[in-house]
Parts: sequence; structure tokens; C-alpha cells
Amino acid sequence: MNPLNPMHAPSALAGLFAVNLMSDPVSVTHYLVVGAIMFTAGIVCMAVKRNALGVLMGIELVLNGANVNFVAFSSPYLQGEQTASIGLDGQAIALFVILLAAAEAAVALAITLNFYNNHSTVDIDQADGLKG
Amino acid sequence: MLAVINWHSILFLVFAGLACAFAVAVVVADNIVRMAFYLVLALGSTAGLFFLAGAEFIGAMQLMIYVGGTLVLLVFGVMLTAQAPFISIKTSTNDRVLAGVVGAALLAVLLQAAFSVEAWRRPGVGQVANPSATPLGMALLGVRVDDPPAGTSPSLVRSGYLLPFEIVSVHLLVVLVGAAYLARAKRRRTPRGIETADVAASGGSR
Repeated sequence: MNPLNPMHAPSALAGLFAVNLMSDPVSVTHYLVVGAIMFTAGIVCMAVKRNALGVLMGIELVLNGANVNFVAFSSPYLQGEQTASIGLDGQAIALFVILLAAAEAAVALAITLNFYNNHSTVDIDQADGLKG
Repeated sequence: MLAVINWHSILFLVFAGLACAFAVAVVVADNIVRMAFYLVLALGSTAGLFFLAGAEFIGAMQLMIYVGGTLVLLVFGVMLTAQAPFISIKTSTNDRVLAGVVGAALLAVLLQAAFSVEAWRRPGVGQVANPSATPLGMALLGVRVDDPPAGTSPSLVRSGYLLPFEIVSVHLLVVLVGAAYLARAKRRRTPRGIETADVAASGGSR
């Protein structure tokens, strides 16, 4: 461990903001923050968008935020003393997530186009045909 | 002064800022075409983050499959459905406020979890092997050539990923067949014009 790194943060947020961002090495937490922001943006996007393709974009953001976390935990750069590393497994899972996201996007897009052909709209508020 | 600057951190901040900013821009934007463009930029910046984390192969796959394949598919979907009333469908202000509150609460929980573990806050030691896709490729073939982490008992056998690899490949085939079936070219019909269109198409032979 490099003794020059000031990681004696008194509070949680100070660990990210109070230290010198120019010289402080990146840790897993930095990546987790990015993943959390992308995940939250995706959840909100899925919740508020009324365009079906907008909901699909939210799903992509959520999957991508999860991928950031997987890659961070598997990274050989970011581990202090291999305390939190999951090794190569994280990269393999991230690869599977990317492939399954491609499959999911293809099917969701097909469903959206089918809905558009049948109802002449992509507003998901109009998709209430199954409501009892 | 220049030697003090950690260029890895600088590049991380640049890519992380771009990724987060464009992810938020996807949520804020109303225009569906702009949302697609912002999503492309956000996922491209994430590929930069993957490169900086030492996952070169994942970053390349992110660029080629995600940005180059999936999002192009999404942009095609946007172009096929981008009629004038659907370019920007407004969300009501109440829904926006409610989603903002829920999103802030979720973000607070996630950030608290991210900062809660001391080991995750320790900066990396920076010992990196030569960049190579061999361990990942061999793992997908069922053979692990990467070193086990220190402290792991040697009795722990690390499994490969041959079975998930096969499952994903068959899954992709099934999905392609299903997508081609779902999105096959059909005559566009309006909800009210179904009967008249069918009668007209049958040509009155009955």
C-alpha cells in the first residue's frame, strides 16, 4: 500500500471528494459510484418515459451500470491487496450480460415494431389491451 | 507538478463524467432521437471506463456489440417509429417529480452501499499483467489459465464457462429466430379498418 495516499476519510463522501482528485488513484468505489448513477438513471428512465423505445434505453442503462460494477470488481488495476477481487469471473459475466442485452434488445424491438404495426403508436400508455 | 498528476485518474474522471452526464441526459431529454444519441455517447464512455479498469476485451466488446450492434438496432427502431407525434411524448410533471424522488432515494441507498466497505476504498496497487485476451478466451472454452487469487485454498477448483457459453449461443439463435418471426413484414392495418381491408384483399370472391 502506498503510504502517500490520504485515505483516512472521516466520512463516506469525503473519501471521494475531499482528497486530491488529481493525484489520488482510482479505487473500486469510484467505479461503484459511476455504476450507481447509471443504474439510477436507467431506473428513472424506465419509469418516466412513455415512448416504448425510451423504456428500452432505460433497460440498456441499467444493464450497463451493472456491467460497470462487474468490471470494477474483477479489475486487476483497482484492487488494493486482492481483497475484493472476483478475478476473471466478473469479466466473463460482463461479457454474458453484453450478449444477453443484444438478444433482449432484438426481441424488445421486434415487439415494439409489432405493437406499432397493430396500434399505430409507440405510447405505452395505449398498451392497455390486457387490462381487466 | 506535472509528475504528481495521475493520468489514470484524470482519464477516469473524464470518462466517468461523460458517462454519468450522458446517462442523466438520456433521462432528461424528451426527444427520442436525442435520447438515442446520448445513449450512444454514454455507452461509448463506459467502454473507456472498461479500458481504464484493465478489461480491454470487455471494452472492445462493449464498443463492437453494444455501441456498434445493439444501439444501431435501437436507432433503426427509432427511425422506423419516429412519426411526428411520437418524437417527443411528454411526461406529466407529477410523474417526473415522483420518479425524481424515487431515483434520489435509490441513489442514496446505492451510494451508501458503495462507500460502506473499507476494502473497496483502498486504491489499487497497479500491478498488472500483460494485456491479453487469452485467460478470458480459455475460460469460455472451459479451461482456467489465470492464477488463483492469493489466500484461496488450492482445493477450490475454478470452473470454466463452457456450458454458459453454449447456452448463450443457442439462446442467441432462438432469439434471432423469434425476433425475425415477430417483426416479419406485414401489411400495416389500422384498428378500425381491419374488416374492410380484409374484405377488399379477398377480392369479393366469396
